[in-house]
Amino acid sequence: MTQQTKSAAADNGVNVTALLGAREALTATPEAARFRWRASSEWQHGTHNRASVDGFFGLGGEQKHRQSFQFDTDHPEIFASEDHGATPVEMVLVGLAGCLSAGVAAVAQNRNIQLRSVKATLEAGMDLRGILGIDANVRNGFDGIKVHYEIDADASAADIAALVAQSQKRSAVFDIVTNPTDVTVTTRKA
Amino acid sequence: MGTAGSRTVDVVVVGAGHAGLAMSHALGRCGIDHVVLERGEAAHSWRTERWDSMRLLTPNWMTRLPGCRYEGGDPDGFMHASDVAAFIAAYARLVAAPLRTHTTVTDVRAVDNGYRVTTDRGVWRCRALVLANGAFGKPVVPRLAENMPPDVDQLSSQTYRNPAQLRDGGVLIVGASATGVQLAQEIQRSGRSVTLAAGEHVRLPRVYRGRDIQWWMHASGVLDQRIEDVDGPERARRVPSPQLIGTPERATLDLNALRAQGVEVVGRLAGIRDGRAQFSGSLRNVCALADLKMDRLLDFLDEWAQRSGLDDAVGQRQRYAPTDVGTTPRLGLALGEEIRSVIWATGLRPDYAWLHVPVFGRDGTLQHDRGVVAPGLYALGLPYLRRRKSSFIHGAEDDVSELAAHLTAHLERKGRQPLAAALTA
Repeated sequence: MTQQTKSAAADNGVNVTALLGAREALTATPEAARFRWRASSEWQHGTHNRASVDGFFGLGGEQKHRQSFQFDTDHPEIFASEDHGATPVEMVLVGLAGCLSAGVAAVAQNRNIQLRSVKATLEAGMDLRGILGIDANVRNGFDGIKVHYEIDADASAADIAALVAQSQKRSAVFDIVTNPTDVTVTTRKA
Repeated sequence: MGTAGSRTVDVVVVGAGHAGLAMSHALGRCGIDHVVLERGEAAHSWRTERWDSMRLLTPNWMTRLPGCRYEGGDPDGFMHASDVAAFIAAYARLVAAPLRTHTTVTDVRAVDNGYRVTTDRGVWRCRALVLANGAFGKPVVPRLAENMPPDVDQLSSQTYRNPAQLRDGGVLIVGASATGVQLAQEIQRSGRSVTLAAGEHVRLPRVYRGRDIQWWMHASGVLDQRIEDVDGPERARRVPSPQLIGTPERATLDLNALRAQGVEVVGRLAGIRDGRAQFSGSLRNVCALADLKMDRLLDFLDEWAQRSGLDDAVGQRQRYAPTDVGTTPRLGLALGEEIRSVIWATGLRPDYAWLHVPVFGRDGTLQHDRGVVAPGLYALGLPYLRRRKSSFIHGAEDDVSELAAHLTAHLERKGRQPLAAALTA
């Protein structure tokens, strides 16, 4: 019976044929593989900030999202802020969850595994003595991130674990948070 | 540059290691006129580019070449590098290979009807050329090595010999393939504290269900898997060597074993900045990937044993504890203070610097179809060239037999007349 369900083609809504085609095409034309992701932001008031995501560069030209997306970030009321949005550090967790879960879906599709539900919970520890400058030995950022997946799918526990492991291996945000990235910040008086 | 002073021969084989000599044996049996050019003596790299304690990862009974097998008294032992050199040198004599020793190839170009091979001892013109100069000619050191503080000694798996060579103080070993884990154990035992930076790796038990893991891989046909049957052949060719060591105790040498001996395991070396080594936070995942991959292999081997009626002939099924990386793997280290020496165990690649023929891909790797590089140009001994066992000593036999047949057909298509006659025709 499991054999029969496996032989039916899984459909997780990921166009793997297109992804594999893109991989082949971009192997032949590495210039087209160079993307530039962008966001812009404007300070609102207090710790409230509004960021927009609209266009990006890739496949050799300017590209647009179907629409412009806005993201509000702020700090919670216990920080004496107005809580107009998620904290920036929570946005990092949002990005990590989005990236890993998209990867799980794509890898599952490629391995012909039908997903029924993929739920992730993420938690990051942070010692505020870092950003408050109380202790120079405490870093500003997370001291660790824990991600937990609950996945219902037509696959063994080992195959599901392999999906999540492969997704991490291929994840951009996982790479960004686990490896150093050179950051350049410039400023001009407007 | 005329051809004055050059000698002609049907086939030039570059390198008198196990693969080049096996090819020489095959060509000799077909009566094909050839020479084997060797920069030193036969098995040169086994004499000069191996650390002192290095042994094969495969048991002695697997070490064989066409017409020659191990006949010593320790079939389950693991040959020391010097024994491998002696084995290959004896093979060169056995097959009476037409060796030109102490002859270093400095330049190869395609010419009409073949190749021109320049050496430090004259020029050869040939109709076919076999690249058998080894898969492990030069160390691959990541670009970030440029940022290493100058007071840190840097070695590679080619220049490392033994722990006495190292200054006192901490040692960082970059890479957790067979080389990295072996050096980590040896150097930790010398009393230096070792940090091992582990990216993606291949975990294997030395002995599974009472048999050597290489017996399982060999007997179940895993080592015979052909590259054309593999998903992602380019990736398969880049898989690092498994975490194995050949010792009389047949001990497993995985990351758990190293941590039990006091080695500190950290993530892949991701950067060097302001005198600090930065390690990736991906250690847990690369260990999970290796654990899952090992379990899939063991599942496959168990199924094969059952299918083959071997369940009673071997021991009980086993599974191993997941790799334990500790609660908080370290993410950085001060180079210079905590680390005096860095050993790059980040892989080796063949060295074709002298091959001036357009046969390289964008990333500089040799492009070939299962060892056929270009008309009359062949490669041997590379990882997964034709089969998973292609870079093993015993893997040369099948590859050589198929590529020698291809080469012979190539020469026949061109006419079996000597090159000089073909050139003047």
